[in-house]
Amino acid sequence: MAGTVTKKENFLKGIIKDNPVFVMLLGMCPALGVTSSAFNGLGMGIATLFVLLMSNIVVSLIKSQIPSKVRIPAFIIIIASFVTIVEMVLEAFIPFLYEQLGIFIPLIVVNCLILGRAEAFASKNDLLSSIVDALGMGIGFTIALTALGAVREILGSGSIFDFRFVSEDANTFILFILPPGAFIALAYLSVLFNKVSKTN
Amino acid sequence: MSKKESTFFNMIIALFVITIVAGASLGFINDITKGPKAKARLERKVNAIKQVLPEFNNNPVENVLMLKSDKVKDSIEVYTGTFNDQHIGTAIIGSSEKGYSGLVKIMVGFNPDESIKNIVVLEQKETPGLGTKMKGDKFLRQFRGKKPSEYNVMPTKDGGDVDALTGATITTRAFGEATQMAYDIFVETNKSKN
Amino acid sequence: MDYILILIAAVFVNNIVLSQFLGICPFLGVSNKVSTSIGMSGAVLFVMTFATTVTYLLHEYILAPAGLNYLRTITFILVIAALVQMVEIILKKVSPPLYQALGVFLPLITTNCAVLGVAILALGLENSSLLKAVFFAISNSIGFALALIVFASIRERLELANIPEGMKGVPINLLVAGLLSLAFLGFTALV
Repeated sequence: MAGTVTKKENFLKGIIKDNPVFVMLLGMCPALGVTSSAFNGLGMGIATLFVLLMSNIVVSLIKSQIPSKVRIPAFIIIIASFVTIVEMVLEAFIPFLYEQLGIFIPLIVVNCLILGRAEAFASKNDLLSSIVDALGMGIGFTIALTALGAVREILGSGSIFDFRFVSEDANTFILFILPPGAFIALAYLSVLFNKVSKTN
Repeated sequence: MSKKESTFFNMIIALFVITIVAGASLGFINDITKGPKAKARLERKVNAIKQVLPEFNNNPVENVLMLKSDKVKDSIEVYTGTFNDQHIGTAIIGSSEKGYSGLVKIMVGFNPDESIKNIVVLEQKETPGLGTKMKGDKFLRQFRGKKPSEYNVMPTKDGGDVDALTGATITTRAFGEATQMAYDIFVETNKSKN
Repeated sequence: MDYILILIAAVFVNNIVLSQFLGICPFLGVSNKVSTSIGMSGAVLFVMTFATTVTYLLHEYILAPAGLNYLRTITFILVIAALVQMVEIILKKVSPPLYQALGVFLPLITTNCAVLGVAILALGLENSSLLKAVFFAISNSIGFALALIVFASIRERLELANIPEGMKGVPINLLVAGLLSLAFLGFTALV
C-alpha cells in the first residue's frame, strides 16, 4: 500500500484535524452567509460536498493529461461546470433551497476549499484517495455549516430545521440571524471546536 | 503519473477539450432541466393562485390576461377564477424592486367586492427573520378582508395603516407598493370590463 | 438620485463584507496590517471594476440574447481569472515595487467571492445599465476598502491587547468583525 496515510486518516482529517472552516479557514463566505438556518447550512454543505467530490474525481482522473502551466484554468473550468450543474438541478428540483442559498450557489466556484483540494491533493493522488479526501473535507465542511446554522437558528429564530419550539411572537435573539450574529456565533463555535479538538 | 509537457500546443488542446466537454455537458443538463424548471415555476404559480382565491374550477392560467406596463419589465399577469362560470375572484401579481435586497413579488387575490382575500409571497430576498416575516400570518392578517380603497396598504411611518415588520420598514414599504400596484391593475381591468 | 443611493447602500447599509459576507477570506487573512489592507483594497478596486464591466457587457450582449444564461458562472469566473493574470503581468512591468508589495494577494483576488459576487449582483440592479453596474462595482470596492482598513487598524491595536488564550487568533478576529458588523447594522436606517 503506497503512501503513509491510511484511508481512515485521510477521511478523518477533513473532519477534525484539517476541518476546512475551523482550522483551514476556507469557505468562510458561505459559512457566514447561508447559515441563518440549519437547513440552509446543511443544503449548502451538501451542494459543496457534491462539487468537491465530482471535481476531485475528474481532476484525479485526467491529471496526467493537464499540462502544468494551465492547470489552474483547467481546474476552474471543471469546478465551474459542476457548480453550474448544481445551480441548474437545484433551480429545477429544489427551488426552495435555490432561493434560500441565492448568490452563494455560483460562489461555490470560488470556495478556496475546492480549488485548494484539486491543487493540493487530487492532482497528485490516485482516484480512491481523492474520493476519500473529498468526502472527508466535504463532510467536515457540512458539519461545520450545519452546526453554525443550527446555533444561529436556535438562538435567532427559536426553531431547529424549521421546527419551532417557541411561539411565533416570542422574543428571540434576532441578532443571530443577522450578519453580526454570524461572526459572533462562528467565533464562539471556533473556540469550542479548538477546545474539543485539542483534548482529542 | 507523468504530466503532459506544457508546450503551447498541449496547453491549447487540453483547455480546448476540457471546455468542449464542459460546454456540451452543461448544454445537455440544461436541456434536461429546462422542462422541470418551467414545470416547477408553473406549479408554484397555480399553488399561489389556489391560496389567494376561493375555490374555483376553471383554469386561470390558461386564460391569463397579460398586460404591458411601463412600471415593470415583464408583463403583468391577471388571473381570473370562476366557479361554475361565476366570477369568484381575481389574482394579480404585484411587485416592487424597492425591497431591502431588491425584488419583492407577491400575488394578491381580490374578491369581486374589491377586498383582499389573501396574499402570497412569490419572490423575495429580504433579511431572514426580519423581512422574511412578511410571509407570516401575523403580517398578512392585516391585509385580509381589507379594501385598498379604504385601507392604506403602506406602513404607518408613511401615513398608512399597516403595522410595519419589526426592523423591516423598507420591506414593508416594498410590500405595500406591490400590493398597491396589484390593486391599481385590478381597478383598471374592472373598469375596462364594465 | 439613484447613484447616491447605490453608493450609500453599497458602502454602509449593505456593506459587501460586513453585511453580505462576500470577501471574508481576504478580510480575515490580509487585514493584519493597515498598509497591506490599503494595497489589497486598491487591487480589488481595480479588478472588481474592470471585471464587472466586462462581465456585464458579456452578459448583456452575448449570454442573454443567446439564452446561455446558465453559462454565466463559468464565463464570469474565467473572465476574472484572466483579468487577474493580466493585472499581474502589467503590474510586474509597470510598477515592480507595487507588484512586490501586493505579492501573493493578487492571485488570491481570483477566489475573492466579492469580485464574482459583485459581478453577478450587478446584473440584478433596478433599471440596470452599464454605467450603473460600473458605479455599483466601484461603490462596493469602496465598501470593501472601508471594512478592511477599519478592521486592520483595530487588529493592529489588538496585537498589544491581553487576550485569553482560547480566544487568540481566529475567534477574537471574528468577534471584532461581528462588533464591526453590528455597528454597520445601525446604518440600516439611512435609507
